[in-house]
Amino acid sequence: MRRRHPLVGVVLLALVASAIGIFIVMRIDWWPSQASSAASEIDTLYDVLLIVSVPILVLVMSVVLYSVYAFRARPGDMRDGAPIHGNTRLEIVWVTIPFIIVSALAAYGWIVLSDVEARQSNTLTVDVTAQQFAWSFSYPEQDQIKQEIKTNQLVLPRDGHIRFRINTKDVLHDFWVPHFRLKSDAVPGVTTDVRVTPTERGTYPVVCAELCGIGHATMRQSVRVVTPEEFDDWVADQRQSESDGGVAAAGGDSAAAGKQIFTDTGCDGCHALADAGSTAAVGPNLNDLTADAAKYGKRESLDPAAYVRNSIVKPNDFVVPGFQKGLMPEGYEGQLSEAEIDTLVQYLLSVSKGGQGK
Amino acid sequence: MSTAAKLRAPGWYRAAISVPLAYLFAMALVTGIRALYGWEVLDWSAIGTVAMLAMPLAFLVGIGCFTYWFDWALGNPTKAEDHSSHGAHSWKDYFKVNTDHKVIGIQYIVTTFFFFILGGMMAMLIRAELAQPGTQFVDPNTYNGLFSVHATLMIFLFIIPVFAGIANFVVPLMIGAPDMAFPRLNALSFWLLPTAGVMMIASFFADGGAFATGWTAYAPLSTETPFGQQFFTIGVQFAGASSIATALNFLVTIITMRAPGMTFWRMPLMVWAQFTTSLLVVIATPFIAGSQFFVLLDRALGTHFFTAGSGGDVLMYQHVFWFYSHPAVYIMMLPGFGIISEVISTHARKPVFGYRMMAFSLVAIVILGFTVWAHHMFVSGMFSWLRIPMMITTMLIAVPTGVKIFSWLGTLWRGVIHMTTPMMFALGFITMFTLGGISGIFLAVVPIDIPVSDTYFVVAHIHYVLFGGSVFTIFAGIYHWFPKMTGRMYDEGLGKLHFWMSFVFFNLTFGPMHFVGVDGMPRRVADYSDQFATLNAIISVSSFIFGLSFLIFLYNMVASWRKGPKAVGNPWRAHSIEWQVSSPPPIFNFDEIPTVVGGPYEYGTPGAVHAVFGDKKAPVGATPAPAGGGAPPPTQQP
Repeated sequence: MRRRHPLVGVVLLALVASAIGIFIVMRIDWWPSQASSAASEIDTLYDVLLIVSVPILVLVMSVVLYSVYAFRARPGDMRDGAPIHGNTRLEIVWVTIPFIIVSALAAYGWIVLSDVEARQSNTLTVDVTAQQFAWSFSYPEQDQIKQEIKTNQLVLPRDGHIRFRINTKDVLHDFWVPHFRLKSDAVPGVTTDVRVTPTERGTYPVVCAELCGIGHATMRQSVRVVTPEEFDDWVADQRQSESDGGVAAAGGDSAAAGKQIFTDTGCDGCHALADAGSTAAVGPNLNDLTADAAKYGKRESLDPAAYVRNSIVKPNDFVVPGFQKGLMPEGYEGQLSEAEIDTLVQYLLSVSKGGQGK
Repeated sequence: MSTAAKLRAPGWYRAAISVPLAYLFAMALVTGIRALYGWEVLDWSAIGTVAMLAMPLAFLVGIGCFTYWFDWALGNPTKAEDHSSHGAHSWKDYFKVNTDHKVIGIQYIVTTFFFFILGGMMAMLIRAELAQPGTQFVDPNTYNGLFSVHATLMIFLFIIPVFAGIANFVVPLMIGAPDMAFPRLNALSFWLLPTAGVMMIASFFADGGAFATGWTAYAPLSTETPFGQQFFTIGVQFAGASSIATALNFLVTIITMRAPGMTFWRMPLMVWAQFTTSLLVVIATPFIAGSQFFVLLDRALGTHFFTAGSGGDVLMYQHVFWFYSHPAVYIMMLPGFGIISEVISTHARKPVFGYRMMAFSLVAIVILGFTVWAHHMFVSGMFSWLRIPMMITTMLIAVPTGVKIFSWLGTLWRGVIHMTTPMMFALGFITMFTLGGISGIFLAVVPIDIPVSDTYFVVAHIHYVLFGGSVFTIFAGIYHWFPKMTGRMYDEGLGKLHFWMSFVFFNLTFGPMHFVGVDGMPRRVADYSDQFATLNAIISVSSFIFGLSFLIFLYNMVASWRKGPKAVGNPWRAHSIEWQVSSPPPIFNFDEIPTVVGGPYEYGTPGAVHAVFGDKKAPVGATPAPAGGGAPPPTQQP
């Protein structure tokens, strides 16, 4: 009987180990939950890549481990290995097979890409504007939207074909919704364009994925996916709240409305405020705002409310010692209505402590 | 020597005087020009900018890097090179300008490891901050500075130059040359490095903190951030100039100074790797220099290269930057491939499997390496059609890289494997680099890259490629050539402990980053969502032990260099030329010029030699796989 080539044993070993390896990597819950139509296709592509990769890694490791086991020098062993310089047939094989594998994967990747980026009709266009360190959104006038909506909270109808047009007011940012498997840079001077079809109701994080300065880590907001009916209601509410000053959204409770404006506008991305559950340390801590407003307000001869208001709309007029000028973005006057700013100022002064600390 | 003469002579005294003088010069120049224009005369950031260019040059002049050239240019009598400064007789000689490639090699290696330690300590601070969500040790600005300087030191002051250092020592010996082609340029290349490194570190003392825009320094953030950014913008120019100069030196050395009989197809793969890497450096590095000069002009002179709306183009920065920085990944990998070929062949006692394909695959990677830069930009908003060709070329690089992996496996097969420390690092490299290559394929596939780019998946990938890949090859190379460089043996037991500790905790540190990345944790953040807390705590604890493993290496190197057992000329019974001379090599490398008579890896062929010395004729019938008598290769060993 012919002796079996030792490589056969290694390959058998690698096959068993690969099967176990594939079983393990497929059991891992890799991704955030799927909330868009692209997600399942991308996740399947990822699984295929995993299944192809595991045997390659396992084969390399098996050959290394088997060689160390079988060809290891004994102490004092002065022999040389076999004078093998190569094997043309084998070399052709290991050029050809990887070439075929990567070509097939590239083709598959291309197909998935054109699927997830396919244009759809009946799109709802949403303009996304990034700035250090907050997102704002606008729904321009179109079929479903009778009158432009400007907001700091992103709400999308389930199963709607959304087209985001992304812009930035300052540096590079990146609009990322992990649950949508969607990501695109916001580039100064360029409008980037991405499409998504949300499929699951829920609230998902909106994350900045491109280093944009000190507040990058906390530049996070959220997106709410609702049913089409809820979306229509929300659109109607937005028009309503435009006219009655924005407080209506929270049912007239000005503290709750203030907190909502605080988080929706992204203030919590940079400022610590216990009442809103924020501990960010990019900008001044607002837990002692009442005392600080009294102290610094006197210096600027402004009463506390006027000081806070001025700090929001003209942040560079006075910068709290220890912080950098230009850190807080300007332009909140345009984003928030007069009434909203008033609500926010009252809210901040009502929940911050009056005295101790800095 | 009189005090005045001492101060005028090239060296540290003159450098210590000329550096402050350069600052005064910058101050006078800026103030003078501003006064002439009738502007407010004092502008500290303008003075700082000019000083940052002038002070390093003044240091180099002071220490004596330009002495010969200045004398020659001015028509003064030049001091002919009498080689009296060759070799290092005490540790102090390593702190002087020296033109001996072996001294420069050691200078490079020790300097780059110094910056490796600093970069590593920054990594420890980063992991301390990330051990739990929220802000604990450093504020966000300092954190951004820490990871930016960490990456910059590791890339520009450790991985790229340490390979230049190892190659500086071994390549001239391997090709049978007495030195590099341009010894004075070689010295200048080295001395540019510490100036760049000191600049990067000094940025922490700048007003507004260290540069905090990542090692990528994307515009327009980098054109708007505080003054610390400029330490990167200008520091990179010095590191880049050092790279280019030394790469030119390697190209000329390898092309023109090979020993008789050393054809290209008889060169050890380490030499091939250094040759191809140098091609990459010479072609690609000017691009990063360009990108940073644009940033500097935007910052210092108010140009608008990267100001949208004023004719600037933000995406252009990324294209130019990655046109260097992707090939830079291969600049950081190809020399390692060379080291691994030497180590595996020598310690497995077998010829490198498919030698010519190994050389061709290096060339293929060089060419393909220039066609993939935009795979870093799949979500950047660039013209979308470019993504598909870049995906295909990126994935095609897996083919030549696979050839190398499989050929190393073929080299191991039926060898006689000595599990020395360099061999263990080489085997660790093969497996970890394969994993890093696989995650690279994932990142190349556009629809996968879209969700995982700029996440911890990318952080995991680059550390598998640059630590499990490059740094493991560096360790393999340092252990392998330690006897040759120092004349002493390192401690095998400590070496193996170092390997196992770093191998295990490397995986526990960077492995889990794949999971948090795919699950949605962005990179470059000081704070993160609570859902990632458990894995980050595990990563941080592992990273601290991983960091400690380096101390074993450091102790082993320092103690063995001082008191280790004396090494013989050829402890590994290797065939390449550097092992045929004493350890450490003679001051002029070869008392007799070697003649190359065969391939470098003829293990298993009785009596085969790579080179013979002196006027001994090559054995009769010598061919690339020569037959011959059973005599051991003649050496200069007593």
